[in-house]
Amino acid sequence: MTAPRTLYDKIWDDHVVHQAEDGTCLLYIDRHLVHEVTSPQAFEGLRMTGRKVRAPEKTIAVPDHNVPTTAGRDTHIDNEESRIQVEALDKNAKDFGINYYPVSDIRQGIVHIVGPEQGWTLPGMTVVCGDSHTATHGAFGSLAHGIGTSEVEHVLATQTLIQKKSKNMKVEITGKLRPGVTAKDITLSVIGATGTAGGTGYVIEYCGEAIRDLSMEGRMTVCNMAIEGGARAGLIAPDEKTFEYIKGRPHAPKGAAWEAAMTYWKSLFTDEGAHFDKVVTLKGEDIAPVVTWGTSPEDVLPITGTVPAPEDFTGGKVEAARRSLEYMGLTPGMKLSDIKIDTVFIGSCTNGRIEDLRAAAAILKGKKIKPGMRAMVVPGSGLVRAQAEEEGLAQIFIDAGFEWRLAGCSMCLAMNPDQLSPGERCAATSNRNFEGRQGRGGRTHLLSPAMAAAAAVTGHLTDVREMMAENA
Amino acid sequence: MDKFTTLTGVAAPMPLVNIDTDMIIPKQFLKTIQRSGLGKNLFDEMRYTQDGAEIADFVLNQPAYRKAEIIVAGDNFGCGSSREHAPWALLDFGIRCVISTSFADIFFNNCFKNGILPIVMPQEVVNVLMEDAKKGENARMTVDLEAQTVTTSDGQSFGFEVDPFRKHCLLNGLDDIGLTLEKVASIDTFEAKAGLLRPWV
Ligand code: SF4
Repeated sequence: MTAPRTLYDKIWDDHVVHQAEDGTCLLYIDRHLVHEVTSPQAFEGLRMTGRKVRAPEKTIAVPDHNVPTTAGRDTHIDNEESRIQVEALDKNAKDFGINYYPVSDIRQGIVHIVGPEQGWTLPGMTVVCGDSHTATHGAFGSLAHGIGTSEVEHVLATQTLIQKKSKNMKVEITGKLRPGVTAKDITLSVIGATGTAGGTGYVIEYCGEAIRDLSMEGRMTVCNMAIEGGARAGLIAPDEKTFEYIKGRPHAPKGAAWEAAMTYWKSLFTDEGAHFDKVVTLKGEDIAPVVTWGTSPEDVLPITGTVPAPEDFTGGKVEAARRSLEYMGLTPGMKLSDIKIDTVFIGSCTNGRIEDLRAAAAILKGKKIKPGMRAMVVPGSGLVRAQAEEEGLAQIFIDAGFEWRLAGCSMCLAMNPDQLSPGERCAATSNRNFEGRQGRGGRTHLLSPAMAAAAAVTGHLTDVREMMAENA
Repeated sequence: MDKFTTLTGVAAPMPLVNIDTDMIIPKQFLKTIQRSGLGKNLFDEMRYTQDGAEIADFVLNQPAYRKAEIIVAGDNFGCGSSREHAPWALLDFGIRCVISTSFADIFFNNCFKNGILPIVMPQEVVNVLMEDAKKGENARMTVDLEAQTVTTSDGQSFGFEVDPFRKHCLLNGLDDIGLTLEKVASIDTFEAKAGLLRPWV
């Protein structure tokens, strides 16, 4: 009888091709997702060495990071460097025979939204991509993480990755969430509690009633930010909701293969008594709608709080907080709900799925955004966009005064024309509030889609629960 | 990665010390989508004027050295930024070997990853090699990695040290990918086994 194993242990064990004496493993990769920014040199490397993509059928490419999100992009991209990168991906996908969703394809979108949507991401798989938010796919109980360009080339050529195993960490969210509290608030609150280095060296398994209660969309939001907590990956054990989500997707198994897969997938859980090296527990009912005030995702507070002072911290964080507050243009003691907002961005691989758009639209229905406010919705994929149009959500956004964009990363990292100008303050549903992340000098407050919608209406950070009371 | 066994070629003398990676490839050339193609901008600011004309004095612009494959350089070659574009640019120009008394650490490692052999020699030997390189086109130097020797155009031979593992990788043209591909049988076996266990993947 084998010792009890965690979900991570099980997936790992099933993918080890070779283990060296020092514990370094060659790990087999089931799905390799590719985008335009971190892949050109890797493909170039294959060409120079005359190598092929070992498993083109397991490799999926989509341009997302620097594609414009305005009409006409399928025929022309103004920025020359972006255009060259997108064209390079077009060519590489064709030359190497890998699965591809070009900008002109309705299925195009952010790589981490497209993968699950098309059924490429399945439980128990290893999934990598030259992008740190690959952790998103962990919501399906797959081991998913970001890699560098030289590793992209390594995976393309060998379908394996040289890896050492991480430690096991459990993050449990017990009980029920209160009204107005979402997956985004869970994931931000966890980072607030553990810090951005709290997960360093670990793979996190999220569990507990509040996690089980989340939809697949919500689970993806939680896992997406595992990386912001320093972890290599985040995982959630698959269950009926997972299977339900996958069933019927274009690349999901069908018929007898589906039955065989289900048998295997149902074995993907952490055994009773398995060892975790670190455990963090949060009570669901203690979690409030939160916002970030600083320039690190760990700078999280409930919306009912006030801007902290540098002296509230210890060690190196004192100086970091001072610098953050200066960059963000905030004064200690001011109420978070008094912070005025210039721009609202709803989108990204954290919150660009249909459920996120529904949550925001529910707040915006029949309302207008504050005059002078710039607000945009960037759906995570062309299919999310189409569904939102069908459900009437697009019209709610447009009527409220939002721009209704095409799919892509957009203002999450400002590699395309969607950028903040210096000093511009943005309520964003994305995942990084680093200095300059959304444009040089831009100021980012991270929050949930519902909170972002509320801020768009009032013009300042707002407790969405007040607006829900009004709507009721 | 191309194998490195023996190399007989023209060596360019660059006695300047502290040649940094910004000199080797300035930052405006980092926005590329390729590793290749950087050779024309190797040593860009030393090699061309503001308006793009060649600076005749610069060693690689001189007829004798336009096809150099070896550089004999001053101390501390490759210091500064860690950009892997520096070895990429050298390689694209055609340089396969750099000889100096010392190298910056990251650059040194990056060379091996890209099939370039950096050789550390004592000052007296570098002096002799520098003089040999100055003789120009007809003075071909020979680097023999297997034997670990550098031989001047007039037949003087000097031994050098190299890490055995790195030597093995260079001789066989093995990068990380190359090494993993040595285990290709294990990958094949794994795929066959996994294909039975999880045929839907
Ligand atoms: S949406 Fe943002 S975080 Fe997600 S993949 Fe794109 S740039 Fe990265």
